[in-house]
Amino acid sequence: MPIAAPRMHPLVLRLMHWTNAFAMIVMILSGWKIYNDDVLFGILHFPDDIVLGIWAQHALQWHFFGMWILVVNGLAYLAYGLASGRFRRLLVPLSPREVLQQVIDALRFRLAHADLVHYNAVQKTLYIGIILVGIVQVISGIALWKPVQFSFLISLFYDFQGARLVHFIGMSVIVLFLLVHVTLALLVPKTLVAMLSGGPRIEPR
Amino acid sequence: MSVRRPTTSRFRPQILPDRSVLTEHRAVIQDISRRRLLRGVLSLGGLSMLTGCNVSDRSSVQRVLRSVSGFNDAVQGWLFDPNKLARTYPASQVVKPPRFNAYYDVEDVNPIDITSWKLELAGLIKDKRPWSLQDIYALPEQEEIIKHICVEGWDYIGQWSGPRLKDFLVRVGADLSAKYVEFHGNDDYMESIDMASALHPQTILATKYAGEPIGVPYGYPLRLRTAVKLGYKNPKWIRAIVVTNTYNVGFWEKQGFNWFAGL
Repeated sequence: MPIAAPRMHPLVLRLMHWTNAFAMIVMILSGWKIYNDDVLFGILHFPDDIVLGIWAQHALQWHFFGMWILVVNGLAYLAYGLASGRFRRLLVPLSPREVLQQVIDALRFRLAHADLVHYNAVQKTLYIGIILVGIVQVISGIALWKPVQFSFLISLFYDFQGARLVHFIGMSVIVLFLLVHVTLALLVPKTLVAMLSGGPRIEPR
Repeated sequence: MSVRRPTTSRFRPQILPDRSVLTEHRAVIQDISRRRLLRGVLSLGGLSMLTGCNVSDRSSVQRVLRSVSGFNDAVQGWLFDPNKLARTYPASQVVKPPRFNAYYDVEDVNPIDITSWKLELAGLIKDKRPWSLQDIYALPEQEEIIKHICVEGWDYIGQWSGPRLKDFLVRVGADLSAKYVEFHGNDDYMESIDMASALHPQTILATKYAGEPIGVPYGYPLRLRTAVKLGYKNPKWIRAIVVTNTYNVGFWEKQGFNWFAGL
C-alpha cells in the first residue's frame, strides 16, 4: 500500500505554529502592561483594555509563564526546521535581487502567490527575519531577567536600559510582522487553511 | 539612563484612596471575614472581585500562574551563582539623593523613632540580644556602588555602606544552613530572601548612602541592599531580622510578585 506523501505543514509543525501564536500573544500583551509601569517613550502607554493583567504583578506572572512555552516551543521549532530540512526547502536560497524585485511587485499588488508550497523571496525574507528577531528577543529577555547572573548578555546591549530598548524594538518588529502576516493570510485564505489542515501533499523530489 | 518621573504603579500610586473609605467599610469587611467567605482566597482574589473581571485574576488561573512563579523561584535558585559579582561603578555616577520608592508617597513615610529603635533578632540565631544603632555603626563597613534595578524597569546607581549581612549573621550565631532570612520593617512590612543571597558578598545591612546616614525616606536607620535582587527585595526601616526554615509570604508576594526576584 503506498504511503501518502507528507503535507506541506505536517501536524507537528502546525501544533508548534499555533503554540507559538498563543505564547507570542501572551508575551506581547503582558509585556505592554509591564512596560506601562515605567515607559521608555513619554507619550506611549498601552491602554488597559488591550493588555494582559490588571496590575503589573499579573502581567509579570503571565510573562514568566509564557516565556517557558515560547522558548521550549521555539527550540523545538528550530531543531525541527533544521533536522527535517524544512528550512532548507522553504527558506533558501534567497537572492537580494529577487527580494528587491518582489518588494516592488508587492507594493504594486502584483506579487505572485499562486504556488502555495514554494515561498517567494519576500516571504523567505520575512520568515528568516522573524526567526532572527525572535532569537534576539529571547536573548534580550534573558538579559533583563538575569542581568547579574548573565551580565555578559547585558553587555551585548550596552546596559540594562539598552536591553530594555532592544526588547521593546524587538516586540515592535514582531507586532508589525504579525500585522503583515495576518493581513496576507486573510488576503490569501488558502494559506490560513493550510496552517490548519496541513495544506497540499508534497511529493518527495 | 536618567531617573524617570513616577508613573502609574502599585509601587507609587498617584491617587491614594481616602482613608475614610476603609473606616466606613470596616464593619462590612469584618463581617465578611467572620463568615469566612474569603477564607483560603488570597487578598488578591478578594480584590479582583471588587475590581471587575480579568482573566489573570480568576482564582484557578491565579493558582496556575502562582505555581509557575514558584517553579521560577526554584529555577532562579538553581541559576544563582554565589560567587558571581554584580557590576560596580565609579562614585562619579552615583545619583544623589537616591530615588524614593515605596507603595506610598514620600509624605506618608512614617519615620522610625530612633530613641526607642533597636534591631531585634529572632528565629535560628544563638545570640538574640537586640542591637543599637551605635553597635551596628561599630561593625566593619563595606561600601557598594551598585545598580538598583526595580521590577518596573528603571534603575539608578547608588552608593551604599554598612556591615556585610554575612558577617553580621556569623557574629550573632545564625544558622547559616537555614533557608530564609526575613526582614521586618515598618508597617508590618516583611520580605524574605534565600540564605544563599543573604550570604552573597554584595549583600549588606546598609546604614549610609554616599557616606552619610541614609535619609529617612530611603530607610533610616537600617535597610537591606543586595546587588543580586530586584529593588522590592531590599526592605527599608528594618526593625527585626528572623532566620527561619519556614516560608512566610512577604508583602509583595501576597500581591502576586515573584519571591526569589533574583538578578
